[in-house]
Amino acid sequence: MTDGGRAATKVGDPGKSAEKPSPPRSRKESFRSSPRYRTFVKYRFVTGFLIIPFGLYAVFVISPFVQTFYYSFTDWTGFSSDFNMVGFENYSRLLDDETFWAAVRNNLVLALAVPFVTLSLGLFFAFMLTVGGRHKRGEAVSGVRGAKTYKIVYFFPQALSIAVIAALWGYIFKPDVGLLDPVLPGALSPNGGWLADSSFALWAVMIVMCWAMVGFFVVLFSAAIGQIPKEIYESALLDGASRAVTFFRITLPLIRDTVQTGWVYMGIMALGAESFAVVNIITQGPGGPEDSTMVLGVYLWQTGFAQAQAGRGAAMGVALFILTMILAIAALSVGRRRDRIEY
Amino acid sequence: MTTAEPTDRADAPAKRGAEGDSSRSPLLEPRKRIEGAVLNVFSHGFLVLWTVLAAGPLVWALMNALKDSGDILANPWALPGSIDWANWSNAWSRARIGRYAANSLVIVAVSVPLTMLFGSMAAYVLARFDFKGARIVYFTFVGGMAFPVVMALVPLFFVMKNLSLLDTRHGLIMVYIAYSMPFTIFFMTTFFRTLPSSVSEAAEIDGASHTRIFFQVMLPMAKPGLISVGIFNFLGHWNQYVLPFALNHNEDDYVLTQGIGLLFAQAGYRSDYGRLFAGLVMAALPILVVYIIFQRQVQAGLTAGAVK
Repeated sequence: MTDGGRAATKVGDPGKSAEKPSPPRSRKESFRSSPRYRTFVKYRFVTGFLIIPFGLYAVFVISPFVQTFYYSFTDWTGFSSDFNMVGFENYSRLLDDETFWAAVRNNLVLALAVPFVTLSLGLFFAFMLTVGGRHKRGEAVSGVRGAKTYKIVYFFPQALSIAVIAALWGYIFKPDVGLLDPVLPGALSPNGGWLADSSFALWAVMIVMCWAMVGFFVVLFSAAIGQIPKEIYESALLDGASRAVTFFRITLPLIRDTVQTGWVYMGIMALGAESFAVVNIITQGPGGPEDSTMVLGVYLWQTGFAQAQAGRGAAMGVALFILTMILAIAALSVGRRRDRIEY
Repeated sequence: MTTAEPTDRADAPAKRGAEGDSSRSPLLEPRKRIEGAVLNVFSHGFLVLWTVLAAGPLVWALMNALKDSGDILANPWALPGSIDWANWSNAWSRARIGRYAANSLVIVAVSVPLTMLFGSMAAYVLARFDFKGARIVYFTFVGGMAFPVVMALVPLFFVMKNLSLLDTRHGLIMVYIAYSMPFTIFFMTTFFRTLPSSVSEAAEIDGASHTRIFFQVMLPMAKPGLISVGIFNFLGHWNQYVLPFALNHNEDDYVLTQGIGLLFAQAGYRSDYGRLFAGLVMAALPILVVYIIFQRQVQAGLTAGAVK
């Protein structure tokens, strides 16, 4: 078909080739043999393949996202179809809302402390498992013995649902069946367990989140460290560098991008889905006691539904979005190097 | 040149290394050995400690699932004296873990294949075709990876309600697919770009249509990528908690994660702890088995996005 088109262009006038290629063909066929047909087919194909994925994405992801911004300026209850635009009233009311600020504070603590602990542990383990081994068999770089097994076990929590993890730890923190109460000294085991005490409950949430995520970062950082050429480690070894020096001068700078990406990812989880699930399942209320574990996700859900204030809930959604963006931009720009190291 | 020669050469460095471990660089050895010993004890201890921490709670749950509630309350640290299988049948039927697992299975059985199909269709088009707006579409999809699902839960609830998709299986499936698009497309686009174009060009010259090239040439070639991201999506959909929590309220239709949440919420006043632990173990074990079988692909899928 394309051959016919090209032949026609060669013999006839290039401008008219699409109009009348060869006399016996019908008008439809002349279009099929024109170069524009290829473009048409391409666009037909592209549209056909994109329409379902993009349609679903637009309806269930983009549109709720855009609506969140819109409804945050309304007094919509969520259950009637009429509402008024109220400007920034939802936002100004949030500023006086103590529970909202408790949620923001807890979210910030989670988004800073949890990634810090999780990534540090993940980096340490990944380093040990990938290049921390003794230099046997003439290899400059190898993991400790049993590295593979460690990696599989460390990753266990990541394979489980956060709901299963939260429930499991919820039992561990319970005073009657839990593992902690019998072994902790009195000062560290309040009546009713950690989850019933406002000064311990957030710690419990943080422990669960760290436990759930360390394995992922061990695997992620191991993959990143594995891509660093071994010659670099070999030359460091020849220069007599210790393991600590190797880690801080070679490994960490070279996988910096992965660490930053990991930080952003963990921060998003700590602000959003992960903290939502853990707090929702194991804490009293949820969000209690006394808002000590309240996070934005849980509070916006409670406001939007239980209190039938969808507009205010949407304003909290926007606040959550802004927090996420600030965190992501901060994590990606802090100490960003201009010169990339290529290897 | 015989085949013996290369094998010899490959053996040589290993042998030299084994013999030369102590003689090589004698100046460095003593210092390194002391430092190595201290660090080894410390860091190996730490590695073992984390192994205990990572696996311990799971082992504990398994132990308690075999004890009756009285024994669990008497001493949560004790090993099971006699094995009590009643917990398991209780959890399966009375706590309805069986039903919730079946619900999860039905949803995942549809949502994962469809996610893979739609995701790779979009990714293929975005990776191999040059058209107006391709970059915008790509970044709209991929930007969704940084999107906190929780922030849009309230409007999403009403979108579903208006479309009469709330509390329905097909509604939940569609939402799962939509929220899996960003990572699936991101991963598969990169994958399709790495595939050689000579094969599809040959098919094109032979007169195959774009659709046919996709299904019969490119999709089979992309199998390794499809497996990685497919397992990733399977785990993601099976373990999903936030979306069903917001969109699936009919207790008969609860998915497994919701069932676990319910089980935990009931722990306070029913205190049939043996059943609860059995339920937890039943929810955790199959997924751990899947993970252990496919761990290489799971890890490849998870890390592919972040490591270049």
